[in-house]
Amino acid sequence: MTPPTQMSLPRRPFDRSIALMRLIVVLLFVLTLYGFTALETGGVNMADAWSMLADNAATLFFRPALTNVTVSELLVSLGVTIGLGFLTTVFGAVIGFGLALASALNIAPVWLSVLVKGCTAIVRAIPTVLWVLIFAVSAGLGSVAAVLGMTFHSAGYLIKAYAESFEDVDAGSIEALRAGGADWWHIVGQVVTPSAMPALISWTFLRFEINFSTAIAMGAAAGAGGIGFDMFMASGFYLNIREMGAFTYAILIFAVIMELIATRLQTRQSHR
Amino acid sequence: MRSIDFLMRQRLVVGLVCLGILIASYAAVVVTDYDVVKGFQSIPKAVKWSSENFYPDEKSLKRLPKIIAKMQETLVTAVTATTCAAFVGFLVAILGANATRPHWVFSIVSRAIASLFRNVDVSAWSLILLFSFGQSMFTGYLALFFVTFGFMVRMLMETIDLSSADTIEALRATGASPSAVITQSVIPTCMPQFVSWTLFMIETNIRSATLVGILTGTGIGNLFDIYYKSLNYHAASLVIVVIVIAVLLIESVSNAIRRVVLQ
Repeated sequence: MTPPTQMSLPRRPFDRSIALMRLIVVLLFVLTLYGFTALETGGVNMADAWSMLADNAATLFFRPALTNVTVSELLVSLGVTIGLGFLTTVFGAVIGFGLALASALNIAPVWLSVLVKGCTAIVRAIPTVLWVLIFAVSAGLGSVAAVLGMTFHSAGYLIKAYAESFEDVDAGSIEALRAGGADWWHIVGQVVTPSAMPALISWTFLRFEINFSTAIAMGAAAGAGGIGFDMFMASGFYLNIREMGAFTYAILIFAVIMELIATRLQTRQSHR
Repeated sequence: MRSIDFLMRQRLVVGLVCLGILIASYAAVVVTDYDVVKGFQSIPKAVKWSSENFYPDEKSLKRLPKIIAKMQETLVTAVTATTCAAFVGFLVAILGANATRPHWVFSIVSRAIASLFRNVDVSAWSLILLFSFGQSMFTGYLALFFVTFGFMVRMLMETIDLSSADTIEALRATGASPSAVITQSVIPTCMPQFVSWTLFMIETNIRSATLVGILTGTGIGNLFDIYYKSLNYHAASLVIVVIVIAVLLIESVSNAIRRVVLQ
């Protein structure tokens, strides 16, 4: 009779994804530790700065006030920022739709798809603010450069998002139409666009939210006007934290409304 | 007959939506003072100008080591801000998620805080933080941290409720303690999504870091701004080339990681 062997649980098989995940977490941890040693604070006394931030935040959120602009000017500024966001989303959506049709693998030739996807990857890699500044050299700082620069980046983003939505369309229904002798326009118009429509709408709306915040940033960093420029002036020239509070609330209210609409759009789609 | 009515109505709806978008676009053109004709003219002008001036020349290549050093600095800031925000965001998400919250009040507070930090744009946070922290990398780090924190709390709360709820219930039924629930259920089930969102935010934050750098006078954004304002377009274009390479590289690495992790 053999002696009883020790009971043990079977070893868990090696899992590639768990191992990779642990490696990534460790790597990011090490990078972060290094980051803290490299982070330069500009000689600011941290304790003072934090207590000042607490004071500023209290002023910002509890005592907002308008001094250099009137309420109607604030609303016009907000309108300019919303307008920039809207216009660039519409332009981006139109360009994005056309080029996404040329880059979705199930309806476009492979060479065209590779070409369009490669170009848009580069367009997306350049931050929006740099696009705006590039256009500002020939168009001058202002709404023209802002609209062009933001349109470029939005189009790059929406081409990718739309193309992925098109590629998710059921291959069977495309095949069915093709077998029935439908031409490319029929396939696009009768199957691909209608079935991808909910996805297209939610991507476009998401991009509008992004473009609204980008429009604020372009006002602050690239002279595009609107509420971002007002904030830049309040922060850099008037040093007026109470006015910053009023602008922050204006942005916050609009952004939260947009988010609520987006959430409702999503739940409506998931109920379909 | 009814099907014809349906088609007509559908066309009417599509037409009305298009008309609405057109009117809104016109209003946007008026309010932003956008010159449509000049817009179209500017594109060929910009192409012509860039092909003549906007390319790295031999002289600008000498600045490459400095540009790469600044790029590295920006990358490290973006990564550090993202991972810290992801970690703190995870803790707050555990307190706020329906499946793990100690009390429903925590849910409301977490949601409100996340919404505040996420919906104020990163540029606005930079301008606010400039008041107390001045022009330094730390200001940019904090601005990126705030927005990422807000985003991560929202996403991880959803993740916990979607992917961990069942195992949490099972563990609770066996009488597991809250700490056991978190270490044995929440962390293992959320880890893939956590890593994936963190990588996604690192990509986003590298682009935002350029913008934040212009506002806070640090990193690669500031370097671009200096070259740009001193009309040194060759060097500025080299900065863009370095950014494009860095972003594409990180994007492809993180896509590859995500494919394995989320399989």
